[in-house]
Amino acid sequence: MSEADQPAIEARGLVKRYGRITAVDEVDLTVSPGDVYGYLGPNGAGKTTTLRMALGLIRPDAGNVKLFGRDPLVEGVRALDGVAGFVEAPRFYPYLSGRRNLELVAALDGDGAAARIDEALDIVELADRARDRVGGYSHGMRQRLGLAGALLRDPRLLILDEPATGLDPAGMRDMRRLIRRLADQGMTVLLSSHLMGEVEELCDRVVILGRGRVRYEGSLEDLMTTTGGYYELRTTDDARAARIARVQPGIGDVSDGGARGLTFAGDEHAATALSIALGEAGVGIAALVPRTATLEELFLRMTEEHVELTDDEGSRIADGERLEVRT
Amino acid sequence: MTAGAASAPRVARGSSRRRPGVATVYAWELRKLRAQKRTYLGLGAAALVPLIFVIALLSSSGGPDEVPFGNLVRETGLAVPLVGLLFSSVWLFPLITALVAGDIVAAEDNHGTLKTILTRSAERWQIFAGKLLAALSYAFVALVVFIGVGLLAGGAFWGFDPLTSLSGTPISSGRGMALIAASGLAYFVPMMAIAAVALLLSTVTHNSAAAVVGTLILSFMMQLLAIISGLDWLRPYLLSEQFDAWQGLLRDPVDWAPIVHAVWVSALYAVPAVAWAFVSFVRRDVAG
Repeated sequence: MSEADQPAIEARGLVKRYGRITAVDEVDLTVSPGDVYGYLGPNGAGKTTTLRMALGLIRPDAGNVKLFGRDPLVEGVRALDGVAGFVEAPRFYPYLSGRRNLELVAALDGDGAAARIDEALDIVELADRARDRVGGYSHGMRQRLGLAGALLRDPRLLILDEPATGLDPAGMRDMRRLIRRLADQGMTVLLSSHLMGEVEELCDRVVILGRGRVRYEGSLEDLMTTTGGYYELRTTDDARAARIARVQPGIGDVSDGGARGLTFAGDEHAATALSIALGEAGVGIAALVPRTATLEELFLRMTEEHVELTDDEGSRIADGERLEVRT
Repeated sequence: MTAGAASAPRVARGSSRRRPGVATVYAWELRKLRAQKRTYLGLGAAALVPLIFVIALLSSSGGPDEVPFGNLVRETGLAVPLVGLLFSSVWLFPLITALVAGDIVAAEDNHGTLKTILTRSAERWQIFAGKLLAALSYAFVALVVFIGVGLLAGGAFWGFDPLTSLSGTPISSGRGMALIAASGLAYFVPMMAIAAVALLLSTVTHNSAAAVVGTLILSFMMQLLAIISGLDWLRPYLLSEQFDAWQGLLRDPVDWAPIVHAVWVSALYAVPAVAWAFVSFVRRDVAG
């Protein structure tokens, strides 16, 4: 397989332990060229550890990760050709100016990276502060300088760990636009983020990590439309309807929404069965409206309740089948 | 940010990519040193101590008669840096050397910049080699500053009259200058070992203060061991003792034995320390 056909990132059976804690547990990950890939998980889920292994900063205890078919542990920094990014907050020398810092990393990149400094500074709008020491930069400015440093490598794969952290709303919007623009130009992006709106806006595929394990990997669209469907229900007797719903097979998470009626989780088949049961009980249905779960709801349910899709469920999602999320 | 200004990604280069070498890393380590205050602290001390020594000699009639060349410090400026070297092996040069060598890796940990430089196109061994060379260069420059300032200050007040060798024979001014330079090189040998130890501590502790203080403690401990009479057999193998090897150059004829001894004893300390530091640096997990 030529390099152009290789996945941008391919991790197989990746494991990293710190003492008795398994930070990353058998993670498989495939990021194809051109993907804008969301990497989600709560704090401590193992996201940053995975990214560090991808960039060759730490060694996995088992498994391997390849970038365009090249393993950083085997090929060293040659595996990072065409790859750039940062994990956690980008760090620079506080006693050097922004421009000096970029000159330094460009020197360590070689291959004409220094010629791209002005362009990178313009892109992140730091040209007017480039001669100031980084020690005086705000967090947001350092984030932007980190992105500028990444762009110097002229990457095909951009790995960004919480790039919008510390940016003001306008800065976050601009960062999203820039990532979108880079992706539209063909750059593969792995975006680790806590901002669900950012992920929904930018990403076409996501992996959700919980306690070091992959809870979901696949297209964002499939995840949003096929898992965890919620319904809103208004009836002539909501209290009685709630009692019936709670004992109905396939119905879960029944909650009283007050004037807006009830909400419950369930698939289409269960909702149909419930409507029949309500009719038989003499409860009139004023409205039964499917409500797609937000990414944040799905994220929280998968990571807080440790929902794990089985391989079979995962493949059914890929086939577009509606599933009930089991807790 | 000007999202619209982002240019299209260029075609990524493969193995034909022009990569930086150790020289590039070394040059940037020197630039970083030039931008840090602590660099000038050590160099300032290296310049100030011989000046203070000369002022002390000018302000009193007593002298360090009990040490080699001590009786000559008011007769020729050539003796001033040599006497200064004797006194400075106790704390000044271990401190100056450790100040940078003990910080050069640990500071990257403190700033979190290791991940920045290790995810570029320079191999880890190149980064390590650049840092080692920069730390040694700094120690060498400090030594040159010390000897140079001592020579100039001593010469300004007492001229550059001929020296008398430790064997009692006269040494011309020109040959004396050359022997001072050679003595500096011999003095630099144990300094390299000190730098290696400091670099090791810097690499494994990830803490600048621990590395600098640890190196100084090690240096003081060796000096302490050297004055314990029951440990006479150990003295020739102590690093602190190798700082006096240069005196062999100022005998007539030149006694190379202490120089050769200092080289291999210093290597006994330096080679394992550098090897350990290298392996640790190249294989370490960068999690900070």
